[in-house]
Amino acid sequence: MTLSISTVEEKPERAPRRSLLSHPMGMLAINFAAVIFGVLVWATVTAQGIVGLPTPLAVAKQAVIQAKSGLLWTDALASLGRVFTGFAFGIAVAIPVGFLMGWYRIARGIIEPYVQFFRTIPPLAIIPLAIVTMGIDETPKIFVIFLASFLSSVVATYQGVVNVDKTLINAARVLGANDFTIFRRVIVPASLPYIMVGVRVGLGSSWATVVAAELIAAQSGLGFRMQQAQLYYDLPTIFVSLIAIGVLGLIMDRIVIAFDGVLTAWQEKL
Amino acid sequence: MSIKISFQNVSKTFIIAGQTSFNALQGLNLDIEDGEFITVVGPSGCGKSTAMNIAAGLTGPSSGQVLVDSVPVKGPGPERGVIFQQYALFPWLTVRENVEFGLKIARYPKADRSRIADRFVDLVGLSDFADSLPKTLSGGMKQRCAIARAYAVNPKILLMDEPFGALDALTRVQLQGQLLATWSKERRTVMFITHDVDEAVYLASRVVVMAARPGRLHRIIPVDLPYPRTEEMRLSPEFTALRNEVWRSVYHPAAA
Repeated sequence: MTLSISTVEEKPERAPRRSLLSHPMGMLAINFAAVIFGVLVWATVTAQGIVGLPTPLAVAKQAVIQAKSGLLWTDALASLGRVFTGFAFGIAVAIPVGFLMGWYRIARGIIEPYVQFFRTIPPLAIIPLAIVTMGIDETPKIFVIFLASFLSSVVATYQGVVNVDKTLINAARVLGANDFTIFRRVIVPASLPYIMVGVRVGLGSSWATVVAAELIAAQSGLGFRMQQAQLYYDLPTIFVSLIAIGVLGLIMDRIVIAFDGVLTAWQEKL
Repeated sequence: MSIKISFQNVSKTFIIAGQTSFNALQGLNLDIEDGEFITVVGPSGCGKSTAMNIAAGLTGPSSGQVLVDSVPVKGPGPERGVIFQQYALFPWLTVRENVEFGLKIARYPKADRSRIADRFVDLVGLSDFADSLPKTLSGGMKQRCAIARAYAVNPKILLMDEPFGALDALTRVQLQGQLLATWSKERRTVMFITHDVDEAVYLASRVVVMAARPGRLHRIIPVDLPYPRTEEMRLSPEFTALRNEVWRSVYHPAAA
């Protein structure tokens, strides 16, 4: 009897022992180790002269030089400024248009052919036309980013409205809701998860587009810096720009995910 | 007693794929008295949900009309509360906010809203979960929340479309008892759709049996068991006899 009790009491002491993978900090440690390993591989292959690329150290030195001179920050700010302006316009137009398309069949009929057509054209392919018609200042770049974020968000918003559970609409209706109330209190919150997917995809494509647009026509920005460095065979600068683009893109994506987590915490996730 | 809901020669025809028409409901005549609890049973395609949706105003009849307090139904309204099989709770609102939804639409002042919501959340036994989101509730709790939400706007009629259909047998029996307890405290006219014969007999003062192809009224079987209904009644010979009678008329309409 006493023996069986003591074994029962021992059990909880063993229970907390979990594998490293099931712990969030453990997962982070593995992520971190993987990055360190990647940089070490990069350092090894470049130091041995296996590939003709700059070493991590050379890139880090170049990053410090650019950060000290302020060039890195002005380039990053120029790119981010373009993305946010175009992206904000794109979202601001995409959400109402998406709602309109989802709510009114006639609006869907009129707008959908244009959306589907322009979606097949890469936003970058619009740049030559934009430069010719809008000049070489900020307008064509912001317009192209606007287009990229608009096209990816409008479809997501529209899908969100179309996919709202009809039972929820009926539930609101039998509680006395009119069309406006149903829109405001059911359609908008129910389509929010879809809109957030659109925002995330839209921000990603905006970021990809701005860098490419700067490669083609700009006097500032991370893309412009790479294009300049290419002329002088300045590989460390190209690496610094690439890493900055990746890090900033990752940060923006994480911010959108964090927003999404707060806004759609009510969702039943599988 | 006065007639609360009156189905007058109600028919509904659906057009499928633009050509073949389907008689979901044909010439339904049915009067439901004020404060009565009726259940409607029948096989799939007998038009029981269609009849309820017409009474709710969510769909219109092809011919005939439904009168509520002698006024033809033109559309949905808060005096007819509807409880859906899929609960239809707003997942972004807490239990309390769900219950307050209809009150907000009716522009009740905030103090009244929370007082009424508290009362009905309490009535269905969800006080401890008032600030929980639906995703954290079990199926039975979700449906209790939906019942509280329907009650909160003070409807004269409750239309329930297989509300316990998605629940396990034990939870279903518990909710049947709770629903009757709530109904005896807050008496309303109830039209309850089900495909469960035991449930139909246990809850109702009259069981309406419908038949399919075309959807139509088959028989009305009065249940002469007194309220409050008890668990012992389920095992009584009277209950069993009624249950068998309903079963036979649902599944073997020709033999009846």
